[in-house]
Amino acid sequence: MDSLINLLVAAVLAGTPLLFGTLGEILTEKSGNLNLGVEGIMFMGGVAGLAGAYYYERAAQDPSGLLALLIAIVCAFLCGAFGSLIYSVLTVTLRANQNVTGLALTIFGTGFANFFGEVMAGQSESGYAAVGDTVKAAFAGIHIPGLSDIPVAGRLLFSYNILVYLGVAAALALSWFLRRSRKGLSLRAVGESPQTADAAGINVTRYKYAATCVGGGICGIGGMYIVMVTCGGIWVHDCVGGKGWIAVALVIFAMWSPARALLGSLVFGALSIMRLYVPLGIPTQLYDTFPYVATVLVLVFVSLRRRRENQPPASLGVPYFREDR
Amino acid sequence: MAFAWRSRVCALRHCSITGAPGCGPGAKGECGTNNPNAIEVRNLTKRFGEVVANNKVCLSVRRGEILALLGENGSGKTTLMNMLSGIYFPDEGDILVGGEPVVIRSPRDAYALGIGMIHQHFKLVDVFTAAENIALGLEGGPVIDRRALARSIREISGRYGFDIDPDKKVYDMSVSEKQTVEIIKVLYRGADILILDEPTAVLTPQEADRLFAVLRSMRDDGKAVVIITHKLGEVMALSDRVAVLRKGSYVGSVETAQTSPQALTEMMVGRAVALDIDRPEVQRGEERLKVVDLTCISAEGVTMLDKVSFSAYGGEILGIAGVAGSGQKELCEAIAGLCPVQGGAILYAGQVGGVEVHENLVGKSPMEIIKKGVALAFVPEDRLGMGLVAGMDVIDNMLLKSYRGSRGPFVDRGPARALAQQVVDRLAVVTPGLTAPVRRMSGGNVQKVLVGREIASSPEVLITAYPVRGLDINSSYTIYHLLNEQKQRGAAVLFVGEDLDVLLELCDRILVLCGGRVSGVVDARWAGKEQIGLLMTQTGKGDAQ
Repeated sequence: MDSLINLLVAAVLAGTPLLFGTLGEILTEKSGNLNLGVEGIMFMGGVAGLAGAYYYERAAQDPSGLLALLIAIVCAFLCGAFGSLIYSVLTVTLRANQNVTGLALTIFGTGFANFFGEVMAGQSESGYAAVGDTVKAAFAGIHIPGLSDIPVAGRLLFSYNILVYLGVAAALALSWFLRRSRKGLSLRAVGESPQTADAAGINVTRYKYAATCVGGGICGIGGMYIVMVTCGGIWVHDCVGGKGWIAVALVIFAMWSPARALLGSLVFGALSIMRLYVPLGIPTQLYDTFPYVATVLVLVFVSLRRRRENQPPASLGVPYFREDR
Repeated sequence: MAFAWRSRVCALRHCSITGAPGCGPGAKGECGTNNPNAIEVRNLTKRFGEVVANNKVCLSVRRGEILALLGENGSGKTTLMNMLSGIYFPDEGDILVGGEPVVIRSPRDAYALGIGMIHQHFKLVDVFTAAENIALGLEGGPVIDRRALARSIREISGRYGFDIDPDKKVYDMSVSEKQTVEIIKVLYRGADILILDEPTAVLTPQEADRLFAVLRSMRDDGKAVVIITHKLGEVMALSDRVAVLRKGSYVGSVETAQTSPQALTEMMVGRAVALDIDRPEVQRGEERLKVVDLTCISAEGVTMLDKVSFSAYGGEILGIAGVAGSGQKELCEAIAGLCPVQGGAILYAGQVGGVEVHENLVGKSPMEIIKKGVALAFVPEDRLGMGLVAGMDVIDNMLLKSYRGSRGPFVDRGPARALAQQVVDRLAVVTPGLTAPVRRMSGGNVQKVLVGREIASSPEVLITAYPVRGLDINSSYTIYHLLNEQKQRGAAVLFVGEDLDVLLELCDRILVLCGGRVSGVVDARWAGKEQIGLLMTQTGKGDAQ
């Protein structure tokens, strides 16, 4: 029982960066943009978030943990949005191929983050870029008197860091936005049939830019989570390590539904930390393949399903020309 | 950008003040009258590069009338209406709505003026419900009030006699339901001038009648309705007045009650045309093709053809009628070997070594089937999608069917060039040259090349699907003539068509498909449109003969 709770708690913690990446990519893809640069954008958000908190902590006389957390979120969001802005300019305005642009963005973001991460490490006295204990504490699990002390439920529901709750809130908000709001309806129309949206007076270009940049910002927060929570506030070379790609696969697993992304990121989070909690007596390298094997299985399974609502947005990956308008 | 825009508007205003020749006040036409016109255009001109699509067109639509806009392909009907609905911007001329000059820059401007256009290709999002499609792009609060929306949709439906479920998804809808959603979308935005571009092209006769009833009730409600069409029967049945365009110019308009199809055709074409399609009497020949219990299931698991059985004979044209998507495409493709067959047989009577045999074509490759003398000329919705390669010239497209015949590693273009020249000469194909890509030719000419190539191989069985799709009257008659020639030569011709009038006049027998099943085979000499229309919507007991 205890080990099951431990596994679940660890799965939530490991799944949260995937959740952010998935939510950001769902928003992006709903506008018809297939951004394969999630990995690179998470890297960019990660290094920017660390840099924000790190330099704030060094500059401030009496650093506040909560303010450092906010600065990290804002920096990660802006840097992720910046990465997606590059993507949007290339694919929406200049109509470059979306797949190629996304792959290039992954390579760019990885290099960008590793470069600045090393620069930060090189400039510090200790030789590595790490935040202090005050800031670290802001990214640690919360403790709500009373609620967190409830046996089992307290640990399962009220023991995580603030970013976990932010992720869940973002998923619910995105779900509401896409299903209920007027702008959400317009965004879905842009992703399904930009011609129809255009004829209905919706500014297709503006929606594509906005969704892609906000989506990139959300992905960036996922990268920041990896650096600040998973790695404990220290820059680790190649820290994102493929999580961005799993997020892209999770979008398909979730069939473009933010609510299902919650479940998906929990499952994939559990798979990625299983070797620590479920001894099966197999080499660790095999454990490490689980998320990827699951991704392949999911892709096969999802392609068998035929409900129209679960299909990708109809114009996904197709640039829109107004043509002879 | 904005600057250039303003100068264009100025040019427009300037033109209206000076009053270019054509049809200003006092000139012929109706522009000068004081009728309560819902919308009026004066001297409207639109050029696309060198081509003048509309040349000083004048037209008015009154409140409470249905105006049919008639003209051949390329006569500028759709261009004119696109200028009213904000898709194109006119180069010269004025548009007046309710007597006031207006500038229409976008579909949104058109809506604001009460002009709504229902395009030939529906602009709907498949995964949305009817209500969501109708509300798309409208201003309002952050959340859509779905209950109020559904209520006003039902209110509009009730007023004009529509039948629509606001919560039904578009992908579950029939073509006529989708059209209904488009019409409600326009009405919901408060349009009182409705423009419909070939609205009946995809409807069964019964659905078309229902649409006409709705349009009449809109007219009685005081709305102005413009319907673009080239079906004369509809013009006579529905409209109050007819305006005719020819080669981009306005020819004139007449009260429907005071004209006849013959007179309208002459206005449209510019000279007298015989409207009857020839049906030469030919002795029915041997049974060429016998299809038995043919069943096809699509990759999605939908049964597209369900135990279809029929025979086709030499020296006759067998028409195939049905609502779009009833299995016509699958039937053509199954016979040509392009579509996997789950059950049944396609027996082909041919000669092997001088002996008459029945061979099953199922399981044979398309190449083997072509060699046996079965030719398929299929013209899909986008016209170029199947049969010809858009980026290749006429010669290379001819070569597609014959290059395997020549020996050696090199391609011999000689015979293909001769064949291409022959097709171009005989069918009067208008082309910039044999070496120009076929995509640069107009739709009608492309279709002539396609049909010409298939006929050139002197097939025993010729399958043509929608060969006159989108063609004007003259080109259509050329194609009908070609098919009759093949019939007289003794070939079995399968003609998949949309226009029931044409099917009834051209074919000897008509097979009707409904939902992948044969709902009946009728003799075209005696059958009526209503009978076929009924068969198109109901699956009869169903075997051939």
